[in-house]
Amino acid sequence: MTPAPDLIVKGKASIDGATLFAPLTLTLGAGQWTCLLGGSGVGKTTVLRLIAGLNTGAVFTGEIMASDGQPVTERVAYMAQDDLLLPWATVAQNVSLGARLRGEKPDLARRDRLIERMRLQEHLGKKPSELSGGQRQRVALARTLMEDRPIVLLDEPFSALDARTRADMQDLAAEALQGRTVLLVTHDPGEAARLGQSITVMTQHGLTPCNPPHAPAPRHVDDLETLATQGALLRMLREGAA
Amino acid sequence: MKYLSALAATIFALAIWQAIVSLTGLPKFILPGPALVAETWWQNRWLIAEHTWITAIEVVIGLAFGTILGVITALQLANSRAARVLVQPMLVFTQALPVFALAPLLTLWLGYGLWSKVAMAVLIIYFPITSSFFDGLMRTPSGYLDLARTMQASPRAVLWHIRIPAALPSLASGMRLAAVYAPIGAVIGEWVGSSQGLGYLMLLANGRAKTDLMFAAMLTLGVFSIVLHMIIRRATARMAGEMR
Repeated sequence: MTPAPDLIVKGKASIDGATLFAPLTLTLGAGQWTCLLGGSGVGKTTVLRLIAGLNTGAVFTGEIMASDGQPVTERVAYMAQDDLLLPWATVAQNVSLGARLRGEKPDLARRDRLIERMRLQEHLGKKPSELSGGQRQRVALARTLMEDRPIVLLDEPFSALDARTRADMQDLAAEALQGRTVLLVTHDPGEAARLGQSITVMTQHGLTPCNPPHAPAPRHVDDLETLATQGALLRMLREGAA
Repeated sequence: MKYLSALAATIFALAIWQAIVSLTGLPKFILPGPALVAETWWQNRWLIAEHTWITAIEVVIGLAFGTILGVITALQLANSRAARVLVQPMLVFTQALPVFALAPLLTLWLGYGLWSKVAMAVLIIYFPITSSFFDGLMRTPSGYLDLARTMQASPRAVLWHIRIPAALPSLASGMRLAAVYAPIGAVIGEWVGSSQGLGYLMLLANGRAKTDLMFAAMLTLGVFSIVLHMIIRRATARMAGEMR
C-alpha cells in the first residue's frame, strides 16, 4: 500500500444541463477521516462516485487529484450502504473477492486474520443470507480491508443498521481504517460528529466546513462536545435546506 | 397438503368428464369416458410405453441441445454490442414464425427419424432459454458492478464471477419453461412425419377412430410433461435459490 495521500476534488457537476452542485473544492486530509454530511439529492454520493471513477449520470467539469500525483481510482476501496455481498459466495469467498476478480491468488493467511479481527471466524463457510445485518457489514468491512488501499470511500455504510450495531460498526471501522484517507458520506449528523476528523456540510448552497469535536475519533456516544457538534450540524443541515 | 389438493383437483376433473359423457350420451368414438380410457391405457401399456420412450429421447436431447445453444447465444449477446444489434432482431423474428410451418421443412431437411423432432424441440425452447438467460445477464445489480470496478476486475472476470452467477436464477426459470415446451415441439415434429412416438400414436389412433387410445396417449404426454417439469424444477432448485 502506498502512503495515504491528500485528495482534492475541485469542480462542478450538472445533470442534463441542470446544476447538481456549483463549483466547489473539497480537500480530504491524508490519513484522515473526512465526513461529508448532507441531505438527499445534494450530490454528496456523486462526489464519492466521481472519486471512485464510477458512473454518476452527471457531467463533471473539474479535476480530482492526489497530493502525490499518482492516479486515484486504482487506489480506492469502496463500501456502500448495501453490503454488496455476493449471495452465492461464502463469507470467506466474499472477503477475498477482489483478488479473484483480478485473477490473483488471494493471500489466505491475511484473509483469515481479517476475518478473525472482524470476529467472523465461526461464519467462514456461511452464505450471507445466514448472517445478521451487522455481521454482513463486518464481512463488507473485511473485504474493504482486504483490498488494502490508501483511500477508502464509504457511502453511508452504516445507515441501514440498528442504533447499537451502528455504533459498534463505527468504532470498528474507525479503528480498522486508521491511517488511510477516508471519505465518509453520511446524512447522519451524529455519525459525522463521532467519526469526523474533518467535517464538511454539503447543502444546495455549497460546502461549509465545521469544526470537529476535540476528542479523538471515534468519540463516545455520550461525549458532550460530540453531542453539541451533532446539534450544530443538524441545525446547519436544516438551515441549508431552507 | 399440496398432494392432497392435486388429488382433489384430479378427481374433480375426472368427475366432470364422466358427467359430460353420462349426461350427453355421446358415443365412445366421439368422447370416451375416463373408465374406458383407463382400461384402454392398461391394455396398451406396452405400446404406449414404447412410443413414450421415443418421444422422451427426442425431448431430452432437444432440451440438452436447446439449453446449450441458448446459453451460448445469451453469452455472446451479453458480451458484444454488435451481436445484440445483428442477432437480436433475427431471434425475435424467428419467434414470430409459426413453428408448425417449419415442421415439414425440418422433416424434408433432416429426414423422417429422430433428428427432425429434436430440431423441432430445440427450435421451440431456444428462444425462452436465450432470452431469459440474456435478461439475467443484462440485469446484474449495479452495485456489484461498481464494486468490481473499484477492484479493477477484468470484464471476463466480472462475467465469470458475478454476471453469470447472478443470472443463474433467470436461466433456471427459462429451463423450467423449456421443460413444458420441449414435448410440444417433439410432438409437432411427430405429427408432420414419423413412424413412432406419442404424437404418431395419437395421429394413428385418431385416424382409426380409436378415440380412447388417442386420449390415453394424450394423457400420457401430459403426465410426461408434468414429470419432466418437476425433474427440471428439482434440478434447477439450487440455481434458482442462489440469489436469495
